Amino acid sequence: MPEQISTADVAKVARLARLDLSDDALQRMTTQLDAMLEHFHDVDALDLDDVAPMTQPYPLTNVMRDDVIATSLDRDEVLAQAPDAEDGRFRVPPIIGLED
Amino acid sequence: MARTIREITAGVRDGSGTATANLEAALANVTAREDEINAFNLVLDEQARADAAAIDASAKAGDELGPLAGVTVALKDNLCTRGIPTTCSSKILDGWRPPYDATVVSVLRDAGAIVVGKTNMDEFAMGSSTETSAFGPTRNPFDTTRVPGGSSGGSAAAVAAGFADFSIGSDTGGSIRQPAALCGVVGVKPTYGYVSRYGLIAFASSLDQIGPFTTSVEDAAVVLDLIGGHDPLDSTSIPVERPSLVEAIRRDVAGLRVGRITDLPQGADPDVVERLEASFDALREAGATIVDVQVPAFTYGLTAYYLIAPAEASSNLARFDGVRYGLRVDAADTNAMYSATRSAGFGDEVKRRIMLGTYALSAGYYDAYYGKALKVRRLISDDLAKAYEQADVLLTPASPSVAFPLGSKNDPDNLLSMYLCDVYTIPANMAGHPGMSVPFGNGADGLPVGIQILAGTLNEVDMFRAAAALERAAGSEGVAK
Repeated sequence: MPEQISTADVAKVARLARLDLSDDALQRMTTQLDAMLEHFHDVDALDLDDVAPMTQPYPLTNVMRDDVIATSLDRDEVLAQAPDAEDGRFRVPPIIGLED
Repeated sequence: MARTIREITAGVRDGSGTATANLEAALANVTAREDEINAFNLVLDEQARADAAAIDASAKAGDELGPLAGVTVALKDNLCTRGIPTTCSSKILDGWRPPYDATVVSVLRDAGAIVVGKTNMDEFAMGSSTETSAFGPTRNPFDTTRVPGGSSGGSAAAVAAGFADFSIGSDTGGSIRQPAALCGVVGVKPTYGYVSRYGLIAFASSLDQIGPFTTSVEDAAVVLDLIGGHDPLDSTSIPVERPSLVEAIRRDVAGLRVGRITDLPQGADPDVVERLEASFDALREAGATIVDVQVPAFTYGLTAYYLIAPAEASSNLARFDGVRYGLRVDAADTNAMYSATRSAGFGDEVKRRIMLGTYALSAGYYDAYYGKALKVRRLISDDLAKAYEQADVLLTPASPSVAFPLGSKNDPDNLLSMYLCDVYTIPANMAGHPGMSVPFGNGADGLPVGIQILAGTLNEVDMFRAAAALERAAGSEGVAK
């Protein structure tokens, strides 16, 4: 298990999560995440080698519906709730020329 | 004492009462106390009055009435209501009006329930005190210097204060059962998949479940009988018949095996432990058999939960990016707009959990954290399944303490103190099992204590039998309601 989370790790995670954190917030977040992850060492006492991961509580798989056409949400009603829309589409700022 | 749903609907039907009178009684309570309690993000008094008048007109005309005709309900503000603001108590959904109703909302409206308002909550249901709401905390109706619990604190407080006959909340790690305990009302988290989650804004999709807050076990049975059921719009909704819970509570507990977890995590206050002991005595006296069981993995629930829930949340909350709903903070390009919007729109606790979840899922750490937490989840589920071979239900405290003062557990440098509020409730979410809190007398400072009843998958029947027996015992003990 990784030992301690660094400020650089936290900065990377913030980028992945699309959150801007000030230097102060980054420091605080590093301390708080480190404390949380530290508690996770509790489970080191458990033997988990032969345990299968559990991803869902009730075993339903491949839930399908009949392939029939149904009414979907009204496009104009949905777009009316967006911050910006144009010509029946969500409108966003430029997406070309990004840094990362 | 609050009237039951059965009494209210009978009155509307036979003309001895009206939906309007019932609604006005609730709204009078709102007028008197909402300023100090802050249970609602939005009160829908105008629409509610129109809905009540329509029901009264139908009753007068002799039309067929729905099973909840004239009963008032408050909805947690993470349930989508068409055309009505739905915020999750977050700034990021500012101004958003959903284009559809959650299934549970449609079912309740069709049954004749009158929606009084949308209730306050911890932001995106992340908290145990309703203090992380962007709209300020809700206060406990029993003592307004204290929290109502969370995350469904507004829903619990609304029922305790008589703002609605019942309310709906959601429970990801205890968010119905813990506030129910702290506000002295009944709160149920059914089996995962029992109630459709369609239209519930997701926090942690494999843990979230919808359930009711009520003033009696019977009311909880009535509501759950109605909102439980398979929904093709929720692919995790279980496609089996749900047995009648209204029938279940007519049965006594003779022969019911009630489990006492001998290795339950310590940390409950003495007044709460005393009530737990009294609850075993009450069920034994009512004819149940008390058996000792061990659930070793119970103790690891909190640890695994605080990786699994944030991991799922980090994924679910990625959709709040300033493109489709609510807030947008403008910036030069799309990536900068995403970050600017999310940074301004999310509060500190939500950011922390998104960060923790993103970290736990990121390359190089996935196996060490998220993967391992999923294995712990399996152990918890297996250990509980073994316990249910020996016992039909298990009793624990719903909360380690009675309602605590505002500001006493929200120090960001000691997050564990707040997270520990859910130590007894989390395992049921991990396993997908049902659990409920029933008021059972008072603890420190005369504040309500809730006993949690847990049962195996789809065994709501035995859970409700035990709940009804506890409620009867509390009544005969002369417990204040």
